[in-house]
Amino acid sequence: MELNRLTIKEASEKLKNKEITSLELTEACLLEIEKQNPKIKAFITVLRKEALKVAQASDNRRKDGKTLSDIDGIPIAIKDNMCMAETKTTAGSKILADFVAPYDATVVKKLKEAGAVIVGKTNLDEFAMGSSTENSAMQKTSNPWDLARVPGGSSGGSAAAVASDQCLIALGTDTGGSIRQPASFCGVTGLKVSYGLVSRYGVMSYASSFDTIGPIAKSVEDVAIILNIMAGNDSMDSTTVKQNLPDYSKLLSKDIKGKKIGIPKEYYGEGLNPEVAKILEETKNKFVELGAIVEEVSLPLTQYAISTYYILVKSEASSNMARYDGIRYGHSILKSENVKTKSDTLDEVYLNSRSEGFGPEVKRSIMMGAHSLSSGYYDAYYKNAAKVRNKIKAEFENIFKEYDVLLTPVSPFPAFKLGEKLDDPLAMYLADVNTAPINVAGVPALSIPAGFTEAGLPVGAQIIGPMFGEEKVLNFGYAFQQKTDWHKKKPTIS
Amino acid sequence: MSKLNLEEVEYIAKLSKLELSDTEKELYSKQLSSVLGYVDQLSEVNTKEIEPLANVTGLENVYREDGVVESDISHADIAKNAPEFKDGSFIVPGVFE
Repeated sequence: MELNRLTIKEASEKLKNKEITSLELTEACLLEIEKQNPKIKAFITVLRKEALKVAQASDNRRKDGKTLSDIDGIPIAIKDNMCMAETKTTAGSKILADFVAPYDATVVKKLKEAGAVIVGKTNLDEFAMGSSTENSAMQKTSNPWDLARVPGGSSGGSAAAVASDQCLIALGTDTGGSIRQPASFCGVTGLKVSYGLVSRYGVMSYASSFDTIGPIAKSVEDVAIILNIMAGNDSMDSTTVKQNLPDYSKLLSKDIKGKKIGIPKEYYGEGLNPEVAKILEETKNKFVELGAIVEEVSLPLTQYAISTYYILVKSEASSNMARYDGIRYGHSILKSENVKTKSDTLDEVYLNSRSEGFGPEVKRSIMMGAHSLSSGYYDAYYKNAAKVRNKIKAEFENIFKEYDVLLTPVSPFPAFKLGEKLDDPLAMYLADVNTAPINVAGVPALSIPAGFTEAGLPVGAQIIGPMFGEEKVLNFGYAFQQKTDWHKKKPTIS
Repeated sequence: MSKLNLEEVEYIAKLSKLELSDTEKELYSKQLSSVLGYVDQLSEVNTKEIEPLANVTGLENVYREDGVVESDISHADIAKNAPEFKDGSFIVPGVFE
């Protein structure tokens, strides 16, 4: 079989047994990228030369018996909102189109120190704002299962790259569903970690109290392997977890017999696509087969979660986007060759650099945030949403006193067509209705392939767990993947 | 509260340091009004006696030693991305007209 189709678990075994080399594995991925990138357009930057060098170094280390980790020599892709030293890092935006990051994000540093081979930077909605990757200023990424459809967003490039075996695993970010929803649309496994589990240092901020970094992988087993490397306290990010963390791989195969799964009825309402509903019903039955106790529960605040989410994230975003001012980095009219457009005042530098550099969704977001935070509106919008956030977090904490995990659809529908929701921002926002509540509460959630529609489109199931309960969601996901093979299906790319 | 008129859009754009074309002003005014109309539903939730939450971790006062540490980013690195940089400083235009 082509080496790029392997999982991390399989590849690392073959590397250990000297059946394959990292160079062969990396070359297989780079060949696939060369073949697929013109069609799928998952990659903004391909790091061919660098990747081959790193792969060779990995093989040399292995020969000397100095292997660094379970992911030494494994080809990985990184969403382009994470700084990688001396590499173009664009955030999918014109305002950073030529930005070369001067340092590595902590997660990137950890992966490099573990010996991973970074093959490229993947496409995303501009500054992670979006649910389809269509807001990228660079290019439109296609879903490998149907090139006329979106891969989901904002980590669409990463999800599409893993689904089409252009790499073995990829990193994404999840602020309101941006790992889980593309994973669901592309038929791969994605984990939104508990807020604070993985350092955000060097990852371009969208909403600082919501942003998380996580893996998009071919299996839950692979998620656990990389999570062990990514998670943990970082002195450069004060919001990171203080406690000691378990070995996630070792806890995967615990028995789920007798464990309790809650089915929150608010996630299965009228707007749910009937084919998705049927697949979730079958998923529920599979868990019953595996011995879990499944019961219907209610989370009454669910209907308010998306509004809470959007007021807060857009407010935080408006603050985070203020750094793009054309003074220290990024697109600036100060660099303009045309003397006439060079401004005389500081204010004009801000206005023009930003207006030229930002796309429509970023502009809308900044404005919505500025409005929600402005005098006269702050109490009614931002402060009130922050109070509702408190209640939603408490509602989740409460339910997890009785239940180990919750099971819901990831998205109310499968991948929609490119262009379908571009003219209607509200409709696009409502795509996050099942994923955003989880970010409001800060808890972890796993998206696993659970089936396909009649038209052959992947559908993901979401397993939600308590704060820092990654081992629980991974446990349930692993059990499901031992008894099903949805996650092993591959697209035929036209 | 939810429908934004032209004047309000222009004010918000000013706060956001964004210069919008007339087409953008009209389009964003409509789109934002629709989103704000939707989020108005939050006024239905009883938030009496509830504190606003900004931090889901519960962490407070994460400190480090107040000392000087060598940065691994040099002025040369920074100059590469800066529009105008000289002798360790960013060159900016005048603040006033």
